[in-house]
Amino acid sequence: MTIAAKGTGTRGGPTGLLRYRLDLKASPYLYIAPFFVLFAVFGLFPLAFTAWVSTHEWSLLSDEHAFIGLGNYETLLSDPYFWNALGNTMSILVLATVPQLFAALLLAHLLTMRLRAQTFWRMGMLLPNVASVVAVAVIFSQLFGRDFGLINWVLESLGAGRIDWQAGSATSHVAIAVMVAWKWTGYNALIYLAAMQAVPREVYEAAHLDGASRMQQLFHVTVPMIRPTIVFTVIVSTIYGLQIFAEPQLFGGGGQNGVTGGASRQFQTLTLYLYEHGFNRGFEFGYASAVAWTMFAVIVLVALLNYLFIRRIRSAS
Amino acid sequence: MKTTRPIRAAAALAAALVTAGGLTACSGGEDDGKITLSVGLFGDFGFGPLYEEYTKLHPDIEFEERISEFADHHTNLTTHLATGSGAADIEAVEVGYISQYTAQPDRFHNLLDLGADELEGQWLDWKWQQALSADGESLIGLGTDVGGMAMCYRRDLFEAAGLPVERDQVSALWAQSWEDYVAVGEQYTADTGGYFFESSGNMFRAMVEQAEEGVYDREDNLIVESNPAIGEAWDLTVRAIEAGMSNRLAAWTPEWNAGFNEGTFATIICPAWMTSYIETNAPDATGLWDIATVPGGAGNMGGSHLVLPAQGEHAEEAYAFIEWLTAPEQQLKVFEATGNFPSTPELYEDPALTGLTKPYFNDAPVGEIFTAAAQAVQPQYQGPLQGDVLATIGQGLGRIEDGSQTPEEAWSQVLSDLESF
Repeated sequence: MTIAAKGTGTRGGPTGLLRYRLDLKASPYLYIAPFFVLFAVFGLFPLAFTAWVSTHEWSLLSDEHAFIGLGNYETLLSDPYFWNALGNTMSILVLATVPQLFAALLLAHLLTMRLRAQTFWRMGMLLPNVASVVAVAVIFSQLFGRDFGLINWVLESLGAGRIDWQAGSATSHVAIAVMVAWKWTGYNALIYLAAMQAVPREVYEAAHLDGASRMQQLFHVTVPMIRPTIVFTVIVSTIYGLQIFAEPQLFGGGGQNGVTGGASRQFQTLTLYLYEHGFNRGFEFGYASAVAWTMFAVIVLVALLNYLFIRRIRSAS
Repeated sequence: MKTTRPIRAAAALAAALVTAGGLTACSGGEDDGKITLSVGLFGDFGFGPLYEEYTKLHPDIEFEERISEFADHHTNLTTHLATGSGAADIEAVEVGYISQYTAQPDRFHNLLDLGADELEGQWLDWKWQQALSADGESLIGLGTDVGGMAMCYRRDLFEAAGLPVERDQVSALWAQSWEDYVAVGEQYTADTGGYFFESSGNMFRAMVEQAEEGVYDREDNLIVESNPAIGEAWDLTVRAIEAGMSNRLAAWTPEWNAGFNEGTFATIICPAWMTSYIETNAPDATGLWDIATVPGGAGNMGGSHLVLPAQGEHAEEAYAFIEWLTAPEQQLKVFEATGNFPSTPELYEDPALTGLTKPYFNDAPVGEIFTAAAQAVQPQYQGPLQGDVLATIGQGLGRIEDGSQTPEEAWSQVLSDLESF
């Protein structure tokens, strides 16, 4: 009796032990729980809910949500405007990303050299990235203006003639790609710069002794050494590039042209296409959710292809 | 000079976007017994001094104005109504969108219950009707301005082209029909190489607004394909495009803004509210613009109502304010300040209105011109997606303008696009 009473009543008894054990086992989970709870609420749930909505005919304007299975996806895949938007997005992605990453690499290479006011140049790289997308898009839309844009003014004074940047597919894609590249080149250059500084000096010295020029050093020493970083920037740029929205929307100006990406849909990207259906006259959330999930699949696919592509270059050299 | 304008426009747009994004949080607050009414508008309605005046009369009421872009404004309003939060206490609705909202009257305070039932005679009959629900049981908005149409033109460009300059003679050039207008334009473009008007979509819209029936019939069926008036307007617009008369400027873009000052086009269809845009966009062009009558008879383009979303908590205060604001005295003040033309016929007899002239427009008798235009308007029924339908057709014309499609291709794409409506 006494032993038993002692055993249950005092500190260090089974309850205390239990509490201690619980603390040991559960506390770590509790500490990391906030992240996962937030992620579940703001990350997983919307994802899953979007998938659920995408199987319905779901309009914001009506309270009836009919289940239609994969109906939205069928409509989507048979809509030529969707394929047009996909093509535009790919074209802008390539035009924006490829020159941008090459330029970033060269800039980073320049920044590794001994320069006066080094910090100034490095900080300067980041400035375009600090400006908001909207500001960049508004300013560039002015620069690319047909009648009173600075770029056309320069072209004309060089005798090249004016270009209606918005009207053509290729010209509008170039204009939008320039906006994207302007914002992100410096950012990528800084990431490359950080990676380049981790490359041991001896490797360059050895290359230098072997008679390699600056450029040869960049492509035969630096690039192979910072490949993981290149893979990272390629994937991040791909993800960003496939989701461009503000640039084409503002480039199109107010009204319908900003929603459809020009009268011929010549620069409507996937996100604009989503916006057209989800946040425009019909507010078809079901269809827009299907677009969102299709975009997700496209992004995963393209990022994967890019990754494999970059890996091949590595094994080749 | 040339460089400051685009930058200023850019700054204005950026500011508008920031405001649109930032100020959507809450509506109407109460501090120490004071009520703040939020007012959601597209563009400046010239209400600024009137808020102050009202606050002087009613010290407990204060105002917070949120201005967003035209297209975004109605999209946002629809979203806020559907989700039940985020709308301002008082929202402006343009006539192209009003039927979309009268179709869901339960989302708005019924103004007939708040005291508007005694005021019916105050407005033009059709202006009143536009804000009524289909069953006539609820009224969602009170009318602000109407857009009786005129035709603004550049005197300097007309003179250079050897055309008459005085407004009566200019009106006489196209007094008979739109065909005459296009013929004058063909001549103008052939002689000078300049553009005759700013956008073909606007010209098309003006012709459609004058027709007895527009893009919808009274049962809300789309009749774009079957309505002969639409076909005629389309064909004539295509003729104007093919003659190179259009400057291909989309409304509200920086290039459009700049065009007024630079004089890149010679005429623009001018509902009363357009005059204030011209004045703001072309501050250096005083005396160069003048106002003639529009071809093809009278018609209404644009104009707005003020509505009270049901989610707003201060229905009575908000109603008292808009009743005051849309009363003839206040509408007259708005007209004097901005050019937005009153929708209350009582004023059409008032010399204070009819006698008004505008120095900017070469002392054009704007009061007289727009009174005549407003009185002659034969109201046209506006369907639920009126604004979107006209925008879709406008894009079709845009595809002809930029050479990416033939008129036949553009027309068939318009029809197939409209099928999804």
